[in-house]
Amino acid sequence: MKPSRGADNLLILIPAFNEAGAIGNVVHEVRQVVPNAPVLVVDDASKDATCDRATEAGAEVLRLPYHLGLGGCVQAGYKLAYELGYDYVIRVDGDGQHDPRYIPDLLKVLRSTGCHMVIGSRFYQNNGEHTSAVRAIGIWVFRLVLRPILGQPVRDPTSGFVGVNREALQVFSKSFPLEYPEIEALVVLQRKRFRFQEVPCRMRPRQAGRSTITAVKSLYYIIHVLLGVFVNILKFEGRQRNQ
Amino acid sequence: MERLLNAVTILSLALMAAVLFSVRRSHIRVEYSVSWLAAAAILLLLSRSRPLLNWISDQLGLTYPPLALFLLVSCIFVVVIYRLSVVISDLKDANIAMAQRLAIVEFQLQDRNER
Repeated sequence: MKPSRGADNLLILIPAFNEAGAIGNVVHEVRQVVPNAPVLVVDDASKDATCDRATEAGAEVLRLPYHLGLGGCVQAGYKLAYELGYDYVIRVDGDGQHDPRYIPDLLKVLRSTGCHMVIGSRFYQNNGEHTSAVRAIGIWVFRLVLRPILGQPVRDPTSGFVGVNREALQVFSKSFPLEYPEIEALVVLQRKRFRFQEVPCRMRPRQAGRSTITAVKSLYYIIHVLLGVFVNILKFEGRQRNQ
Repeated sequence: MERLLNAVTILSLALMAAVLFSVRRSHIRVEYSVSWLAAAAILLLLSRSRPLLNWISDQLGLTYPPLALFLLVSCIFVVVIYRLSVVISDLKDANIAMAQRLAIVEFQLQDRNER
């Protein structure tokens, strides 16, 4: 990676699929906030100019040979970050919904508390103005289900604005949910007795493109994620296939 | 009843022939043909052995032997399809891991060339 790593040994990971309209601005914003951290865009085989826009904006681009979906895309970035020896990785979505100004807050908590994962939470201080009604219902269901499993409340389990330390990076580079990974990833960490913490942040409307989770898909999303959560609880770890 | 059993015999022979043809043309790998050939052989055996079919339907408490035949056929295909789901899941995991590895190796090669 060309940019210096800085004292934090932090990598900013941006998974992107057909985000040509927003990715350049997202990379610019991130580089303004954390100029010393390399920015890695993982291009999930976009059909538009996502890769070119990201490169022009100064990011390194990891190009996947075909579309893997969000989980496979993020995990590819985690694997590369782990192999390159990074201590911290903060994931920012490529659609511009995550405000990079909160990256230092996430990093500070990650470094100072020793927790394995931090989640940028739009509900931590009731600042969740950019959430649809369907998604809000889904989040409410997930909170109820996850509370006893995780042993602590999680206010924004669907947030993709997350930071992980090297220990979590090692776990995720070996085992990471493929579809709708945010919630299942919490269960994966819980099985390792890892700790997470939420950090208040604001989410913005996406700058371009469309969400992958439409209203029609929401029910399937809830069922899929709930099933994934229970499967992860029951998972037999002796045979780890997704290496 | 007899017509039904004859039809099942023809079906099982056709399935065997199709699988063997596919193996010969390399459309199915030998290891995945075994499940289908075993399923076809069981169907053939049941359709040609009335005493065996009657005995199975007695054991299952069914008064109509063709019901036992269809129950067994369903079970066999459920097992075969389940096995294929396991294989597909393995292949998908391997495929994703390989795609990620390919992307990372390409990235590192490009990085090295640019230095």
